Amino acid sequence: MKEQLQKIAGEAELACKNASTQEELENIRVRYLGKKGALTQVLRGMGKLSAEERPVIGKFANEVKEMLEQKIETRVRELKSLAKEMQIKKETIDVTLPGVRFIAGRKHPLTQVLDEIKHIFVTMGYSVAEGPEIELDYYNFEALNIPKNHPARDMQDSFYISDEVLLRTHTSPVQIRVYEAMAPKLPVKIIAPGKVFRRDDDATHSPMFHQVEGFLIDEHVTFGDLKGTLLTFVRKMFGADREIRLRPSYFPFTEPSAEVDISCIMCNGSGCRVCSNTGWLEILGSGMVHPRVLEMTGYDPEQVSGFAFGMGVERIAMLKYGIDDLRHLFDNDVRFLSQF
Amino acid sequence: MRVSYNWLKKYVDLKVSPMELADKLTMAGLEVASVEYLAEGIDKVVVGKILKVEPHPNADKLVVCSVDVGTPGEPLQIVTGATNVAAGQLVPVAVVGATLPGDFKIRKANFRGLPSYGMLCSADELKINPALVSLEDREGIMSLGPDAQIGMPVTTYLGLDDYVIEIELTPNRADCLSMINVAREVAAITGSRLNLPSLDLDRMQGELPCSVEIEADDLCSRYIALMIEDIQLGPSPRWMQQCLLAAGMRPINNVVDVTNFVMLETGQPLHAFDYDTLHGRKIIVRRAKPNENMMSLDGVLRRLDPEMLVIADEDRAVGIAGVMGGLETEVTDATKTVLLESAHFDNMSIRKTARKLGLRSEASSRFEKGVNREGALFAALRAVQLMEEMGAGKGKMGIIDVYPHPWESYEITLRTKRTNQILGTDFTTQEIKNFISQLDFTVLQEEGDSIRYLIPSYRQDITREIDLIEEVARLYGYNKIPVTMPKSEMTPEQKTPLQSLHDTVVDTAAALGLTEIVSYSFINPQSFDKLNLPQEHPWRQVVQIANPLTEEQSVMRTSLLPGLLGAAERNFSRRQTALSLFEVGRVFLPSVSGPLPQERLQLGILISGQFKPGWSWPVQELDFYHLKGMLEYLIEQVLGTKLSFKPITGKPFLHPGRGAEVLYRDQVIGEMGELHPDVQENYGFSQRVYIGYLDLERIAALDKKEIRFTPIPRFPSVDRHMAVLLPEEVSSDRIGQVIREIGGSLVASYELFDVYRGPQVPAGWKSLAYGITYQDAERTLTDEEVNQLHDKIKEAIKEQLGADFR
Repeated sequence: MKEQLQKIAGEAELACKNASTQEELENIRVRYLGKKGALTQVLRGMGKLSAEERPVIGKFANEVKEMLEQKIETRVRELKSLAKEMQIKKETIDVTLPGVRFIAGRKHPLTQVLDEIKHIFVTMGYSVAEGPEIELDYYNFEALNIPKNHPARDMQDSFYISDEVLLRTHTSPVQIRVYEAMAPKLPVKIIAPGKVFRRDDDATHSPMFHQVEGFLIDEHVTFGDLKGTLLTFVRKMFGADREIRLRPSYFPFTEPSAEVDISCIMCNGSGCRVCSNTGWLEILGSGMVHPRVLEMTGYDPEQVSGFAFGMGVERIAMLKYGIDDLRHLFDNDVRFLSQF
Repeated sequence: MRVSYNWLKKYVDLKVSPMELADKLTMAGLEVASVEYLAEGIDKVVVGKILKVEPHPNADKLVVCSVDVGTPGEPLQIVTGATNVAAGQLVPVAVVGATLPGDFKIRKANFRGLPSYGMLCSADELKINPALVSLEDREGIMSLGPDAQIGMPVTTYLGLDDYVIEIELTPNRADCLSMINVAREVAAITGSRLNLPSLDLDRMQGELPCSVEIEADDLCSRYIALMIEDIQLGPSPRWMQQCLLAAGMRPINNVVDVTNFVMLETGQPLHAFDYDTLHGRKIIVRRAKPNENMMSLDGVLRRLDPEMLVIADEDRAVGIAGVMGGLETEVTDATKTVLLESAHFDNMSIRKTARKLGLRSEASSRFEKGVNREGALFAALRAVQLMEEMGAGKGKMGIIDVYPHPWESYEITLRTKRTNQILGTDFTTQEIKNFISQLDFTVLQEEGDSIRYLIPSYRQDITREIDLIEEVARLYGYNKIPVTMPKSEMTPEQKTPLQSLHDTVVDTAAALGLTEIVSYSFINPQSFDKLNLPQEHPWRQVVQIANPLTEEQSVMRTSLLPGLLGAAERNFSRRQTALSLFEVGRVFLPSVSGPLPQERLQLGILISGQFKPGWSWPVQELDFYHLKGMLEYLIEQVLGTKLSFKPITGKPFLHPGRGAEVLYRDQVIGEMGELHPDVQENYGFSQRVYIGYLDLERIAALDKKEIRFTPIPRFPSVDRHMAVLLPEEVSSDRIGQVIREIGGSLVASYELFDVYRGPQVPAGWKSLAYGITYQDAERTLTDEEVNQLHDKIKEAIKEQLGADFR
């Protein structure tokens, strides 16, 4: 009987080894270990054995059974892992093929620059205010200390709607509107972005462009505070190693007034084509709010002082992105817009 | 203002180089635009005398000159093609080894067999400003005056060894349209000593044989006349010509040159009349008479009107005050006596007259910007002094000075504490006094920390204390003022609902794959014709620009569509056919109250074309439902709730079968649809275009639905499908309404997942496939319950909408 068992074990082992699918292995299990399987058949004949032989053969038969079960199990695992290996091999893709293209939208570069400027000032505690793009002569000029016939009106050739109404030539009228609404409350900390218009159209002038006005009035605001504020802005906007330079200038609604230059972002001040070899780039106008403006809007210039500044967004965008022609910004060619 | 470095040196001891000076001027607020070295690129060009001119034996068009350039030995043989050379002339000669502008090196040359040892030069070859020399000097060889010394560098003779600093003056510093006032400024910022010309005031004794009457004293606050006799008209001296040339003015003759020189020197325009041509020995300053004419110096007959101020004699206008003199009273070779005018005219009047006549002169631009009337006498006397010095004439004793509105001097008090408060400095009173002393202002009184200054008439820009504070800052140096940060308390940012909406809309639109454009706020009124708008359409009620640059930019936009369609037009023409664009901007509608128009913030969207297929994804054609989906998503982001869409047919620019009103609850907040085929044709588009716009002001005013959490269902849901056959004319949203109405709270959601028209569907019908999800929050629904409800819904759809089921 032992030989019989050994023979079955040998057969089964071989079959197991040759099996190439899980299904085959299942068949082998049924054929040898199932209820009607070969091993089971043999064990049924155990009754005919002597009392001495029975436990010996019984033990041996169990050993064979366990051995076979283990072999089948091992083979199953082998086949599974082989199958997975095959599957993985089959499923390998070319990861260098292009990814599915999503249609990317873009904010206009001017919007992106404006967002950045706004963000910088908002984190410094400024709020955003807006004013009308079509403005009264009073707000655009008179209240900014630019009476009729003032030579400074020549600096800004305007589009008129009527004698008293025009397209605003700068964002400064927002100063007046805010002061009038706020007086005598303090502090006033505002930035005012928006479109402005001047009668000029050539390679370096657009009849419509964007400015950001900023102003702070409070007790004890100084020219030094203006410098500190602008330096903070410039370093956040153009890099921590930028320097600023203030040059005396003239705006009717600030006194003292200053043009503000930053050290050239291309050459760091050593002189290049972008800065016309001066090492400096003019980026904004600024000054202390003129006492006359404070008087006209309901503040006492003996008690209150403040600063104001204004910058051209197009100029900053052109510097930041290296755009060589202003006209790109309003042409709306998607090949341009999709670059930002 | 062109400032010659050499000229400036006459008035101030300059210790700095032209470049250093330019830098100091810029940093003091007189912005230098350029520094020009007049002899740039010129080397070894000398004055030569032509001794002989002979024809070239081998060439008709060339001549051979023998030229003395002051070197020992034989004169130089120089071949030239110029036709204006003659023996005896003094000319610029570029000798062998010389350089001309443009790095042009002169070498020994050979012309048709004859050697040539240099080149005779034209004014153009020396890069002399063409406006300042005669055409003959430009096209032929430049001829030099008899005072030119043979062999001297021509740059020295012509005064080209000089730097011209071009200053861009701000409107408040018109005083610096004067060399003397520039010198004052330079002295203040460099700490140098001033040497201003001094005058002999004895001349004021005596009486002149003529009279001056100011009729229009509102436009003329001062008129000074004096006379110069024994006029010897001729060229002015070389030094004066050099000054004028450097300043950009052309020398004419000694009398005119002196008036120009003194104007440049003092800022006071002067005019010289031929005294004997003045009728009645009388000067009358009056408004022009109606229909009065005068021939101006440039030979043009000028029509004058009563708004213009003229200088007249007894019978007629002889000059347009402050703008240009008259031809009939011009100084000529025959002039024996000159009447010299030094006057002050109203700047607005001059500005208007100059504009109206299209005449702008050095004089008129100075009057427009403001001339110091206190300086008129100095200028007049200075002119006489110079004419006498150069032998142009002899000043007659006596002076007429009619001065109806004298300058009123004023004082300003400067407080140390105030100065430090504004600047953030801690100057002492003495330090501040030292700064202002550089300007040479007279101190009237000192009391504690206050100093009272008399403001000189040449600094009329200083009108109050803050202006003196600026002078302190300027003279100390803006860049030395300490950097500080404002100590104001922090205020939280406050965004208006419209600002928040604007930001969200831009962010969301970009996230949806739309690209933002920025177009002009002004548009072409013809765009409304392209949109097929009828004459009475509200968009044609535009705000008009009175002085537009072009017709294309002449009205303020009432819609964002023209801008978007214009952008599409340009992109299509450049073969960019897949477009998804948006713009957020204001439109301008006629005023409802007050003088200003309404400005409304809108969102406009334009999509068109197809996105190319890729290796693993299909072509995507943009259509109505893409646009609709974008608007739906956008509004859900903003308002947290869904929109509804209602077909509209009456829009001239929308496809009558493919247009919709966009509604939020019952409010119309926008419109959208396919561009009308006619409008598409007007624009010449060869592809369909979808447009939409929303009024953001209206949306900002709506209540946003706050997000509230709904519990996640604990009981399973059941899905059922139905395929509805619906007549074409019934819109699909009706089915949704019925599902909601009948299903009530047991319908968790429903979705349209297929629309089919084809062989199995009768013509005029469409098949819509819906999936409905049933769910009860409290319990598990039985199949039977769901079936019953589903059938009830189907029944209702059939009854209410005339639908059928497949």
